[in-house]
Amino acid sequence: MITASSEDLYKVEKKDLFASGHRACGGCGQALAARLVADAAGENTIACVATGCLEIFSSPYPDPSWRIPFLHSLFENISAVASGVEAAYKALKKGPVNIIAQGGDGGTADIGFQSISGMFERGHNVLYVCYDNEAYMNTGVQRSSFTPFGAKTTTTPMGNTTRKKNLPLIAADHGIPYVATATVDDFRDLQRKVKTALLINGPKYLHILAPCPLGWGHTGDLTVAICRLAKATGLFPVYEIINGKVANVLKIQEKKPVEDYLRLQGRYRHLFKKGVPVKEVAEIQEIANQNIERFNL
Amino acid sequence: MLKYLEGSHAVSQVVAMCRPNVISAYPITPQTHIVEDLARLVGEGKLDAEFINVESEFSAASVVLGASAAGARAYTTTTSQGLLLMNEVIYCIAGMRLPIVLTCANRAISAPLNIWNDQQDSMTVRDAGWIQLHAEDNQEAADLHMQAFKIAEQMHLPVMVCMDGFILTHAFEPVDIPEQKEVDAFLPPFKPQNIVDPRWPRGIGLYADPRFYMEVRYILHRALEKSEKVIKQVSEDFAKKFGRQSGGLLKTYKIEDADIVIITMGSVAGTIKDLIDQLETEGKKVGLLQICSYRPFPRKEVYRVLKDKMNLLVIEKSISLGRGGILGSDVRWSFPRTEKKDRKISCFVSGLGGRNISINDLRTAVEMVEHEPVELEFLGLNPDIIAARDL
Ligand SMILES: Cc1ncc(C[n+]2csc(CCOP(=O)(O)OP(=O)(O)O)c2C)c(N)n1
Ligand code: SF4
Ligand SMILES: [Mg+2]
Repeated sequence: MITASSEDLYKVEKKDLFASGHRACGGCGQALAARLVADAAGENTIACVATGCLEIFSSPYPDPSWRIPFLHSLFENISAVASGVEAAYKALKKGPVNIIAQGGDGGTADIGFQSISGMFERGHNVLYVCYDNEAYMNTGVQRSSFTPFGAKTTTTPMGNTTRKKNLPLIAADHGIPYVATATVDDFRDLQRKVKTALLINGPKYLHILAPCPLGWGHTGDLTVAICRLAKATGLFPVYEIINGKVANVLKIQEKKPVEDYLRLQGRYRHLFKKGVPVKEVAEIQEIANQNIERFNL
Repeated sequence: MLKYLEGSHAVSQVVAMCRPNVISAYPITPQTHIVEDLARLVGEGKLDAEFINVESEFSAASVVLGASAAGARAYTTTTSQGLLLMNEVIYCIAGMRLPIVLTCANRAISAPLNIWNDQQDSMTVRDAGWIQLHAEDNQEAADLHMQAFKIAEQMHLPVMVCMDGFILTHAFEPVDIPEQKEVDAFLPPFKPQNIVDPRWPRGIGLYADPRFYMEVRYILHRALEKSEKVIKQVSEDFAKKFGRQSGGLLKTYKIEDADIVIITMGSVAGTIKDLIDQLETEGKKVGLLQICSYRPFPRKEVYRVLKDKMNLLVIEKSISLGRGGILGSDVRWSFPRTEKKDRKISCFVSGLGGRNISINDLRTAVEMVEHEPVELEFLGLNPDIIAARDL
């Protein structure tokens, strides 16, 4: 089904279809990811974007950052909106065109969960990209169902007590043809996944870990390092699920303890009392170990 | 051709002839027959459209939003809880100036749960920026859909066609269903303007900060006001082409020398006309003003026809709880403040949750206001139930 040459798939694209000059914080993982996604998809693309940080920092009237068509309406309905765009293209016998629905973890997995499930189940030819920064950042860092165990947000001031919802696997269980995870430090891998997804007919889901310096409590220059540690600890497994089968799992070269990841971020500072890890750190290590085992990282 | 049809089917057949490209709806009584019929027409290949079965009204409205923004003629239908669930998208569609047409099969809203007719549902979104047209009978309901697409696309405004649930949707009546070529001659293909298309990259749905937001809302308000002219014009064009009066801003019945004028919207107008005829034989002069375009509210037209009428009686199927009649307030507001006339406006909340509005109930209302105007009355309340429950 995937027909483009591997050379094309692995090429890193820089077209500036998501222009600079937007209003994201320095080092924002989501801003970087959105550019990589737009540039990988190319000009023949419609971006349907949910309310959230990305929408707010990129689409003020009259000067949006998008050089591809951009459509925003509400917070929780972008999958249905993209479904409608696709239906219109079909009905009007226009296209082909890449339709990419995009949203944060909240817009995707919480308030927009029903909408995305509907889009998957109906089989629309739409790529959904979730920028996972593990909280509601746009409204000031509140907990979402993607907020990891132990992380402090403004609505989990003592640290989050639940584990992260696993949307990639839930997406795959809808029977959709392509699911992938990625991180913003690896341009080539992220863009290959966008391009791969866009070659496949049907609903696709790409889950991107997008660090948020403001919400995670790290300096902007650490975005890349934090992504690498998320992978090296096993906390964020990178893989694809093609037609229901897990594939291309990114193997950990040199395994790191979760402490290395946690200590860089303000949202986990309360887990170290006078530098000594509290018991929650062991549970986070356990989550990483389970990932390593489950995906054979 | 005259066909003996259920109201829902009259509507679905005419909607199909309007050639929508994308239809998305979620089933809810009493709208279901409209959706089912459209799904069948698409399924049988008789209507070349995408029919999207969604998981909620919220998504139905969002699908037609996306489809319309991508240049499709888009249609949806709902009622009651469905319309309430859509509410956020309803506002968004108007703000984005998308010419979507929605049929509201008017029904009461919870709680208590009740599937029968009143007009509280469409009333809750009267301020959302949609044109709202109310049908009196099934012929008008069918005709209004042809007009709705035309008005919507000309004004870049969404249009809600309201028809009383069950009373119209499930009633069999002879309806003149036009030929496809007549509809095509009346309603040209949709020529969308601002759409998402990679050939002309543009942003739709950008956010507006305090420097711009008010202007956008002002322009939307002005567009609704301006649409009065278009609603009138389209109704006149329709009358020329099809030889019957449907839609427009308002209609009157025996109003010229009436001492009392009843004001209402929707199907209850039929019963009211019967009463007016009865009263006429008894020597009483009562007239009717029917509001077809509830939004925009044709204030000037209402004033023009009611200028010399001193005793007005509003029959309405909704209420602003804690405040009173809603249509009644609109009517009150239609008269200039400077006017020094001693006009009496009595408001009767009627027919909530499918309570029958009988000709005798209406007669009682007329007799009441003959003696003395009332601020707010509820027509046909059962005192026994209230005595047992009222705290
Ligand atoms: C119906 C509704 N509820 C709440 C909000 C407020 N709101 C806007 S964005 C947002 C959080 C966004 O979080 P997420 O989707 O994770 O995106 P992020 O900003 O983190 O990138 C919230 C709660 C809204 N716009 N609409
Ligand atoms: S708050 Fe976080 S996600 Fe939002 S712009 Fe800033 S860094 Fe990016
Ligand atoms: Mg988020």
